[in-house]
Amino acid sequence: MASRELKNHYLEKHIFQTRMFLAAFAVLVLMGIIAGRYYYLQVNQHDVFSTLSDRNRMQLQPITPTRGLIYDRNGVLLADNQPNFALTIVKERTSDIEATIAKLSQWVDISEQDIESFNKRLQQRRRPYEPVTLVSRLQEAEIARFAVNRHQFKGVQVEAELIRQYPLGAEFAHILGYVGRINEAELKIVDPANYSGTQYYGKLGVEAQYEDLLHGTAGFQTVETDARGRILRVLERNPPIPGADLTLHVDVALQKVAVEALQGHKGAVVVIEPSTGGVLSLVSTPSFDPNPFVTGIDVKSYAELRNSPAIPLFDRALRGQYPPGSTIKPFIGLAGLDTETTTVDAEIYDPGFFRLKGNSHRYRDWKRQGHGWMNLKEAVAESCDVYFYDLGYRMGVDQMHRYMAQFGFGRVVAHDVRQAKSGLLPSREWKRAHYSLPWFPGDSINMSIGQGFMLVTPFQLATATAVIANRGRWVKPRLVKAIDNAELTAIEAPPDVIIKEDWHWDHIIESMEEVMHGAHGTARQSAKGASYRMAGKTGTAQVIAIKQGEEYDEEAIAEEHRDHGLFIGFAPVDNPQLALAVVVENGGSGSSAAAPVARAIFDAWLLRESEPVTADIEYISASQNIGSEP
Amino acid sequence: MSNSDFVRQLPGADSHFRRQSSLAVKLHIDLTLLVLLLLLILMGLFVLYSGSDQNLSDVKKQGVHFVASLVLLVLVAQIDPSVFRRWAPWVYAVGLLGLIAVMMVGIDAKGAQRWLLIPGLGLRVQPSEFMKLAVPMMVAWYLADRRLPPSLKHIAGTLLIIFPPAALIATQPDLGTSILITVSGLFVLLFAGLGIRWILGFICAVGALAPVMWFFVMHDYQKQRVITMLDPEQDPLGAGWNIIQSKTAIGSGGVQGKGWLQGTQSQLDFLPESHTDFIIAVVAEEFGFVGVLSMLVLYLLIIGRGLWIAFGGQDTFARLLAGAFTMTFFVYVFVNMGMVSGILPIVGVPLPLVSYGGTSVLTLMAAFGILMSIHTHKKLLSRY
Repeated sequence: MASRELKNHYLEKHIFQTRMFLAAFAVLVLMGIIAGRYYYLQVNQHDVFSTLSDRNRMQLQPITPTRGLIYDRNGVLLADNQPNFALTIVKERTSDIEATIAKLSQWVDISEQDIESFNKRLQQRRRPYEPVTLVSRLQEAEIARFAVNRHQFKGVQVEAELIRQYPLGAEFAHILGYVGRINEAELKIVDPANYSGTQYYGKLGVEAQYEDLLHGTAGFQTVETDARGRILRVLERNPPIPGADLTLHVDVALQKVAVEALQGHKGAVVVIEPSTGGVLSLVSTPSFDPNPFVTGIDVKSYAELRNSPAIPLFDRALRGQYPPGSTIKPFIGLAGLDTETTTVDAEIYDPGFFRLKGNSHRYRDWKRQGHGWMNLKEAVAESCDVYFYDLGYRMGVDQMHRYMAQFGFGRVVAHDVRQAKSGLLPSREWKRAHYSLPWFPGDSINMSIGQGFMLVTPFQLATATAVIANRGRWVKPRLVKAIDNAELTAIEAPPDVIIKEDWHWDHIIESMEEVMHGAHGTARQSAKGASYRMAGKTGTAQVIAIKQGEEYDEEAIAEEHRDHGLFIGFAPVDNPQLALAVVVENGGSGSSAAAPVARAIFDAWLLRESEPVTADIEYISASQNIGSEP
Repeated sequence: MSNSDFVRQLPGADSHFRRQSSLAVKLHIDLTLLVLLLLLILMGLFVLYSGSDQNLSDVKKQGVHFVASLVLLVLVAQIDPSVFRRWAPWVYAVGLLGLIAVMMVGIDAKGAQRWLLIPGLGLRVQPSEFMKLAVPMMVAWYLADRRLPPSLKHIAGTLLIIFPPAALIATQPDLGTSILITVSGLFVLLFAGLGIRWILGFICAVGALAPVMWFFVMHDYQKQRVITMLDPEQDPLGAGWNIIQSKTAIGSGGVQGKGWLQGTQSQLDFLPESHTDFIIAVVAEEFGFVGVLSMLVLYLLIIGRGLWIAFGGQDTFARLLAGAFTMTFFVYVFVNMGMVSGILPIVGVPLPLVSYGGTSVLTLMAAFGILMSIHTHKKLLSRY
């Protein structure tokens, strides 16, 4: 052994060389383990992984069913499917998505918003290798430019798809609603297998209500793909079942008349066929063009719609809640007769106001000088407030509530409308629960002329009017007439309104006829020259309260504070074919603003040529825009 | 007409003569190693063409990397090993300064700070890559002059050399490289004759430290990789995707493979990183077990040649350095093939000389240049 200070080169070399042998041995052992591992995977487990690999290569692809079409009652197409070319990206095949998009924008017009919503869609749960849409509506020139350069873009494809189109645009937006890109929340509630290839989902209206029927059942195909993922051949195919076609009760011509009659106003019209409950027309103005919503409306246009003071996106017919005003009087009158609070002959003197005993507060009549002596029929025809103040005060809230509820107020009664509001039918319990106050006699007085707490939607008013037209027989309002040409069978409706004396119906209807045709009827101007008899009732709903001793001066009040004009009615009286409700917001009185709209609709329906209008429908192009407000 | 007929010569001197005349000898090239490396590189380029989705420009770029690195190899091979020895502390110091600079003014890429931009040149360098050479050189320099087997003091000294760069790299964070650099330094220690008790002790310490590391040191994503290795089916579309797809690629290749460019896993992009870290799965899928085995044999031959060069090294420094480089190369191969086949957790270790990437190719070829220098610069009078 060498001394401690000196290096023993021989020993060092010897140790080193021993270690070299050990290292070589370790390398062999460990490489042997690696080789063993690959042998295990490639030889022992080959079958397992072969299957897995084939499963990767062969894909089960969903085939999206064609969405059902929607027609009006005469077969006019309301919702159509149009071929469209979309630019899609398969994330898994694209190495740098940002760079790809930047390069694509040389050939194709890609907006900031396209990129934003594309990124949002990328975040959503999806199957691997599912193409994600970047640009929805490619122009033909863009398709051509892309086709020439497509070799530069791996994983980018032009895909043909059918997208929803609403040829009549804004006129039917509030009935049909629209479809839009299916979102994360919706994906969670649908059957994932059936929706695996579906890009669109009914968001509002009939499209949403009948989503499951319109959508259909997805088909599937097993495809073999080549090295680039393109389909080589279809191994197995299970065709989809297309969605059902819907026929609505709606009549395109009548809808147009209603829209035109409301032109320039905010308002709503609901027309119901009393015999079936079918909704012949449902209008809310201003409206919006639903077509841009299908592939995604741009932020600016959407903000414009949303921030418009006329709120075109708001469906006034189903969701607008208004005080019913005097349109409630026929119902109160009927309740008064049936509860024997009054009789057809009982008369009340109207000095122009009503006062409770021992109270100085004057409940004023709309006619300052008063109507004088009035019976029920006259009170309805002239819309005498004092008569109903007295009647409502004596009948009390409980009775009024009971009868109003039978006509469907305060709840949603409809077969297939979505997101309708229930309005508000007040009661003692309701007031105690919401205001912690008892029901005062004054509340009954207000309620008797449709002011105060009570709120109704135009849809509810039209429904209740149909019940009057049917003399108490209920029909549940409905939009859809037939599914795949099979007429809907009877639908369970609320119990009919039964009154003790059946002729009371006649009396109330006669009083409503007086409104139109009587010498003092409030809507007599709108019935001039009519070749048929109609029944109706005007109403005016206050938007701002008029203080005691103050005068309502339409000219002096800003437009948004002017009264809402309301009208309900049906015609012809002896064989009602239409029951309707009209609301014209800030239109002033019901007789001047709403009744003429009703007359136009009655005329259009009752005086129409025997041949229904189908051919000369003017299609509204997708570009023609939103709203009827000037 | 041999010279020996006329001239009295020392036995074996004629062979020296013959070597003098060959170009390889003039250029200080070890032909065996060079041929093996070129075979591997060529095979790698073929696989790369398939693994990069038949992207010829990637293959061309990698070809340029190889040409540049071969030039570097030849240049490095010209330098006498004693020069490396003299330079070792300076190389190490520069590398360490580089790592500190990275920490302070480095460039972020993919969530880690690894690069240093050299102002004026627009050149990006990766000091951690440089350290793969510098650390074993420094440890070999340190131990070469000591009495071996190393004493406790010198073991401590060695660890002090390894620790700062390993720690700096770990904080980048680049745990994979940090561990590899530590391992390369430890190999030097091992070859210097570290006692068996020390080795066993070290293994026990690692075993004992593992739970501590798990609970107190490792990041969640690092733990996730271990969990994923043990049970990839836990999250088949997320964390487990890579390993499931690579195992599927390997297994579906079978014995013969699906054929070049015919691998559905790699060509259809099911296999992630098919041209970088997971390229061995492309080999396995398209060339089968036969292909994997051929590549494995090629690696074994390169490693064997490296160990042979180390075995015949003329001085301690040369032997330690050559041995450590070779074994580090082996660790790369082992870790990469192990992780892709699912027996080691996924750490970012490329398959040496086959995976796409310029930096690691340059480092590896420089190391092989040093090996060749060691092999070809033997003095007539050996220092043992």
